[in-house]
Amino acid sequence: MRLTQEKAPVLEALTRFRAARIVPFDVPGHKRGRGNPELTAFLGERCLSVDVNSMKPLDNLCHPVSVILEAEELAAEAFGAGHAFFMVNGTTSAVQSMVMSVCKRGDKIIMPRNVHRSAISALILCGAVPAYVNPGIQKSLGISLGMSLGDAERAMDENPDAKAVFVNNPTYYGVCSDLRGIVRLAHRRGMKVLVDEAHGTHFYFGEGLPVSAMAAGADMAAVSMHKSGGSLTQSSLLLAAPSMDEGQVRQVIDLTQTTSGSYLLISSLDISRRNLALRGKEIFRGVVRMARYLREEINRIGGYYAFSGELADGGAFFDFDVTKLSVHTLELGLAGIEVYDILRDEYDIQIEFGDIGNILAYVSMGDRERDAERLVAALSEIKRRYAKDKTGLLTQEYIPPSVAVAPQEAFYAPKESLPVAEAVGRVSGESVMSYPPGIPIVAPGEVITKDIVEYIRYAKEKGCFLTGAQDGAMRNIRVLR
Amino acid sequence: MELWFTEKDTENVRFSIKVDKQLYCGQSDFQRIDIFESPEFGRFLTLDGYMMLTEKDECIYHEMIVHVPMAVNPQAKRVLVIGGGDGGAVRELTRYRSVEKIDLVEIDREVVRACRRYLPQTACRLDDPRVTIRYEDGLKFVRGRKGEYDLIIVDSTDPFGPGEGLFTKEFYGNCCNALNDAGILVNQQESPFYHADAVAMQRAHKRIVESFPISRVYQAHIPTYSSGHWLFGFASKKYHPTEDLKAEEWNRLGLKTRYYNTKLHLGAFALPEYVKELLEDVE
Repeated sequence: MRLTQEKAPVLEALTRFRAARIVPFDVPGHKRGRGNPELTAFLGERCLSVDVNSMKPLDNLCHPVSVILEAEELAAEAFGAGHAFFMVNGTTSAVQSMVMSVCKRGDKIIMPRNVHRSAISALILCGAVPAYVNPGIQKSLGISLGMSLGDAERAMDENPDAKAVFVNNPTYYGVCSDLRGIVRLAHRRGMKVLVDEAHGTHFYFGEGLPVSAMAAGADMAAVSMHKSGGSLTQSSLLLAAPSMDEGQVRQVIDLTQTTSGSYLLISSLDISRRNLALRGKEIFRGVVRMARYLREEINRIGGYYAFSGELADGGAFFDFDVTKLSVHTLELGLAGIEVYDILRDEYDIQIEFGDIGNILAYVSMGDRERDAERLVAALSEIKRRYAKDKTGLLTQEYIPPSVAVAPQEAFYAPKESLPVAEAVGRVSGESVMSYPPGIPIVAPGEVITKDIVEYIRYAKEKGCFLTGAQDGAMRNIRVLR
Repeated sequence: MELWFTEKDTENVRFSIKVDKQLYCGQSDFQRIDIFESPEFGRFLTLDGYMMLTEKDECIYHEMIVHVPMAVNPQAKRVLVIGGGDGGAVRELTRYRSVEKIDLVEIDREVVRACRRYLPQTACRLDDPRVTIRYEDGLKFVRGRKGEYDLIIVDSTDPFGPGEGLFTKEFYGNCCNALNDAGILVNQQESPFYHADAVAMQRAHKRIVESFPISRVYQAHIPTYSSGHWLFGFASKKYHPTEDLKAEEWNRLGLKTRYYNTKLHLGAFALPEYVKELLEDVE
């Protein structure tokens, strides 16, 4: 029987399996939840009854031959990829597998510095060396953008031996680079193009959205199905174009991915793919409509700037993902992180993130109109009650790095701990991230500058969550001896 | 054959009314709407299976939500009613000749349509020339207004479902902004008796206290609502609900009521100890 997008092979196999009432003498030990009544009461019996192990009728994620393979083939077709790998260790592992599929120790990889921490950890794991491209900066908003085609080409010319170009597209804020142009330039030089498409699942199904990685001709893409695609947290897809060797990529994935892949996650990928393939166009039409409505209403309040495609400049801000609701808050005298905290603490509204100058409210297929009204009403109240003079607020967001040592070497080198303020001029042995958005302020192997120290101090003061360093309180930083 | 309508007050307590027949059943974009005929309570309206009003005791609710603020400020001219598509609050308001303008903001057109047809007892004054009905989200409507109203009456459903946004801090803040300096906000505020209702009641109170300098709670006995013991909120920037009561002025109007009077007004603000404690916990 021919596979069509109406099918959901993993879902169907689990449904058959549940009806077969197989007696479990295998893991997991909770045995359909019976052994752990408190957990079952919390998550529900239906959920626990399909938290099962790999077995012949349900296939095996590490070496799929039946229903998981079919589900992956359907996903590949839906996303226009050569192959789609189901990932259960998050998009982090998809990004790492992508990098490790094309780079080995000492290989160069071109990437913008505002990549997610998962890309930097991939470098630490495999020993590849980054050739950083400074992302464009939108000065008035204080956000880093994509890569301009000119900067990408210059980096390729300066590093002709690079194995790959890594692009984060769209960025957390929804900014896109000229992906087609980057692919053309890279492929002409025999470099692979890897795309961190964590925030771009909907590009494959919506209308009038920026081009997706596979459509642009990229070699691989890491797609967070659990973000705009609707699957369970931690489930993700790694897409590979026909230019990649499927077996080799699978080997790389299996280096670090669990051998006990969760069927809750796997089935959620299967069900979500079917939903997107059958109804994605309509779903994302609704998401675009709601994001546009919210932008208009928020801009009407005054003081806030919910930006969109009007900022596109053909360069580092090549295109914009209109489903992203990024709002600049500094004109009200409020840091984004302050608005983020007020929304949660005072108005019971949790948004995706607040940074120094902006907030991002994640708009998706699950939103209701009445909740949209709450967000707008709360922002209008925050303006009325909290707006103040904006002097004294820092706007800078991006600090160009100076790489002294390769990330892997720096990570494993002998180190000592210094108070942050005294570390100026030293080479960092660890990453420091402001979370969210999870983009490193400093990465292993980079020189710590005065700007970096000041930024860390300011982010701490404004209530950002600083992670990555050994000292959780971020008083000290580990530097190379 | 026996036909009964049952509402769960809690998982362990049920309230049932014997039904003669069902007059209307509809599903709008927002909720399921049912209207029944019963031997004891006359016609009654339910939304998503929750009791909204019966012909027998709706007067208690509507008199208490309208006459309490109107007796504190009998000069109120511009009134906004949010929710209340059954028309009961509007009916009481139209009895004041001094009221010049009543905006009724109801999210669900189907509720108004069904009540006009089957509940003329409450919907009878919706065509008064002073009344403008707007079918939109109350939270959205009130957001754009500044200093426009003397009185806002929040006649909402429960804080689960379409009425959710009307129990939030942003809503009360926006209401505060939409009222003039002498404005009054009155809202239905759930019951203090069963735990889940009491939590919703406390949340609403906390949010109102944060938004208005004067905020008091009053009570009424409404037999068909969960536990029968029901609360209302009174909030204002200027008027105290009992100290500023204009009893004489209101009594001169000569309005005939079935439940409300100005002595009961004073008594309604005298709360049981456990209710006072619940409120003080969040003040």
